[in-house]
Amino acid sequence: MSYTIRFDGRAVPVAPGQTVAAALWAANVRSWRTTRDRGTPRGLFCGIGICFDCLVTIDGVPNRRACIVPARAGMTVTTQPGIPPPSRTSPESSPPEPARAPADVAVVGAGPAGLAAAVTALRAGLRVTLLDAQPRLGGQFWRHRDGDGRGHHAWNIFTRLRTTLTGSTVDYRPGAAVWFVEQSAGQFTLHTARGEVTAQRVVLATGAYDRALPFPGWDLPGVVTPGAAQALLKGSGVLVGRKVVVAGAGPFLLPVATGLLAAGAQVVGVYEAGDPRRYLRMPGIVAGVAARLREAAGYAAVLAKHRVPYRRRHAVVAAHGGSSVSSVDIVQLNGEGRAVPDSARRRSCDALAIAYGFTPQLELPLALGCATRLDVDGNLVLATGVAGQTSVPGVYAAGEVTGVGGARLALIEGELVGAVIAAAAGRPAVHTDADLTQLLGRRAALRRFAAVMHEVHAPPGGWTGWLRKETVVCRCEEVPLSRIQAAVAELGASDARTVKSLCRPGMGWCQGRVCGYATAALTANLVGRPLAASDVAAFAHRPLAQPISLGDLAGLPPG
Amino acid sequence: MTDVVVIGAGVVGAACAYYASRAGLTVTVLDRGPIAGGTTSAGEGNLLVSDKAPGPELALTLTSLRLWRELGAALGGEAIELEPKGGLVVATSAAAAADVAKLADTQRDSGVEAVEVRPDELADYEPRIAPTLAGGMYYPQDLQVQPMLAAAHLVRASGAALRCGVEVVGIDVGDRVTGVRTADGETIPTGAVVNAAGTWGGEVAALAGVTLPIAPRRGFILVTEPLGGRREPAPIRHKVYAADYVSTVSSDDAGLQTSTVVESTRSGTVLIGASRERVGFESTYSLPILRRLAAQAIALFPFLASVAALRAYRGFRPYAPDHLPVIGADPRVPGLYHACGHEGAGIGLAPATGAIVAAQVAGRKPPLDPAPFRPERFATGAA
Repeated sequence: MSYTIRFDGRAVPVAPGQTVAAALWAANVRSWRTTRDRGTPRGLFCGIGICFDCLVTIDGVPNRRACIVPARAGMTVTTQPGIPPPSRTSPESSPPEPARAPADVAVVGAGPAGLAAAVTALRAGLRVTLLDAQPRLGGQFWRHRDGDGRGHHAWNIFTRLRTTLTGSTVDYRPGAAVWFVEQSAGQFTLHTARGEVTAQRVVLATGAYDRALPFPGWDLPGVVTPGAAQALLKGSGVLVGRKVVVAGAGPFLLPVATGLLAAGAQVVGVYEAGDPRRYLRMPGIVAGVAARLREAAGYAAVLAKHRVPYRRRHAVVAAHGGSSVSSVDIVQLNGEGRAVPDSARRRSCDALAIAYGFTPQLELPLALGCATRLDVDGNLVLATGVAGQTSVPGVYAAGEVTGVGGARLALIEGELVGAVIAAAAGRPAVHTDADLTQLLGRRAALRRFAAVMHEVHAPPGGWTGWLRKETVVCRCEEVPLSRIQAAVAELGASDARTVKSLCRPGMGWCQGRVCGYATAALTANLVGRPLAASDVAAFAHRPLAQPISLGDLAGLPPG
Repeated sequence: MTDVVVIGAGVVGAACAYYASRAGLTVTVLDRGPIAGGTTSAGEGNLLVSDKAPGPELALTLTSLRLWRELGAALGGEAIELEPKGGLVVATSAAAAADVAKLADTQRDSGVEAVEVRPDELADYEPRIAPTLAGGMYYPQDLQVQPMLAAAHLVRASGAALRCGVEVVGIDVGDRVTGVRTADGETIPTGAVVNAAGTWGGEVAALAGVTLPIAPRRGFILVTEPLGGRREPAPIRHKVYAADYVSTVSSDDAGLQTSTVVESTRSGTVLIGASRERVGFESTYSLPILRRLAAQAIALFPFLASVAALRAYRGFRPYAPDHLPVIGADPRVPGLYHACGHEGAGIGLAPATGAIVAAQVAGRKPPLDPAPFRPERFATGAA
């Protein structure tokens, strides 16, 4: 049963469960906003509510994220100009839940790590509140439409976790993004779009999102992250393009490409900047994660069957097009990740899905004062004990926030955190010592593999050279490379925080979620020193973890 | 040998370097962190006469605003986002309006321009202001600047040697200052040291064996989504604040105080302040304070209720017990000069401060009498 929404005066059909962005995309609309300085068109980019590029005016209310707002019958969607006229109502207010007694533990994030932690804590008899920004359980890894688990790995694990939750005492709150967290009198208070939650302990399992690197043309409509392509397909059943280039670095490119193939798209090629043959030089570490190898082999077979080229040591260095991307330039990379001279080839496409690994979401642990470290992939991650203890008593972490490592690792870490919290709360153990030893062993093996993975799929050394002076680095504030160069060369900036203050990368709607790593790395590069944790941290601290209307912040009634 | 070592690359240190260079001195600026990374990075960039009662600080401000206008011409007003936007003080009650009028009368005698604004005229100044206010006062001399850009451009224009990430751990003093020692074991010989360490000015003074009672006064600021851009102006035209701001600024209360300050920036955002509390260097963000700032801003500009706050930041104002900055030669240590303790007015007062210090180091006559700001005015004694 389908229905329609109106976009700039015309009817756009919607299939049930689709987001506004997905419905527009399916109708071949690639942009629905113009930027405020250059007036360039923007549409979908991250696809999961991180980048704020897809802001659009819905029923007269501006600045709504098309990628997360469900399309409802009769909605009026209008292209949003650079600076929209003021809204009439608070954009993200929804009915708050009634206040409840403090939970034993609040789990933030309902992906693999959060689900495993919540289920383990429930099994130990704890009172659990599960908060999630998304409308459905599963996080990005198990993003799905109702009743549709097609193309998902470990779907049986998800359905088991979901069944356990559904039959439990859990206080599950979907659509409850946390915008502020505070600690007082030994309790934690999480402020969400759906009311306040208090708890004795917190598990932060907020996951990660695609790590984008800038290049000429990366702000063209039709250039998206692999996560956006995946979310469109898995969440809304919409293909990102008919002829898609998949590029960047990391194992995630493979399921994205095969998912697109299975749904009927043509994949022009998969261009991996790293050299996965390097895995073979570390047989001891790779052997410990046989399941991941089998998975990769399966993807490779699908690509081969469809005659899709998989090119290692290749990178997309430019995207071209008018109103949306129509071709990309691909180069071969040498051992240092720099373009091989005269290797550039142009390939036509109608979509490019590109990212270099993932960035963990750390605003909540940073607001609580949790200690961090710089991981081998250049990400700021939480410094935790083997079972997810952060430096702040009562605060635990699992999954990508402790270091990007994938869903299997996240599941184990979630289970370990659940077990540790149960013990801390004085509950009888649900795990035997042998269980825990086994979990810790698997965690260690997967962590060792993750470290290798980060080295194999590191951002190519030459990427900063692909930018031109006018290439936008910060999409929100439209900060070109030349202004970052000037901040360092002319104004004395010696670190990323100063660059941010002097020329505004990371100061816009997304608060540096997208350009943070790139700006930090560019700054270190321009200053002539290695990337420092403080450079990345300059973009990770967000005391307001989500935008919130001043009216909601003030506690005024909506309207 | 460098003639002057300025400790602190904030806006005050930058101004000291700028005017010292112009006086013909060679200058080295040291900072243990990056340029403009301390309190300078946490301000709103207010250059205000409007919030100051007649007295030494107002005199310093009037000199400073004249210098800021010169700097705008010299450095490029666009480059440092210097905006001669004017300040609008608004009153929420007839009694408050009377207080505003009384203050303005005394300010006018000191050379401040103040234009009374009737309640029905407020919308001419600020079309979107709440219709229920009791009038106010317009101060055309008030300016705004982007503090970090201003500091960076001042250092650049000074030609001073800027060395960031260099921490001073000692000041060598014989009969007079002879140099500074860094954490890396380096000694930088100099005859003059300027303490422009802001909120950390007391620590630098202690290195030279003297006390300076500078303490932090914490403040939070909310930043909205962009409401304007380089193509169209943001919807709040002036620096707008509530009449109780003046009493809050000059208060000695250690507890939390908030008063409304709202203004647009060149980048299109709206800044919402300001809170004041003396809680040391406590770094956690306080939700009750952020809530209060939001509510107070909405009371002045109701349309802000549906505008998103994107971020919040905090800073630590360098606070001296009598609310006056510490400026000039320290008679206890020849060769030591202070330029710190400006509380929330450091951006505005930086040029006059730099001009006074530079004149003293160069043996010239300062642009105004620095006696009210003398460093030895507090309880005496060695550190």
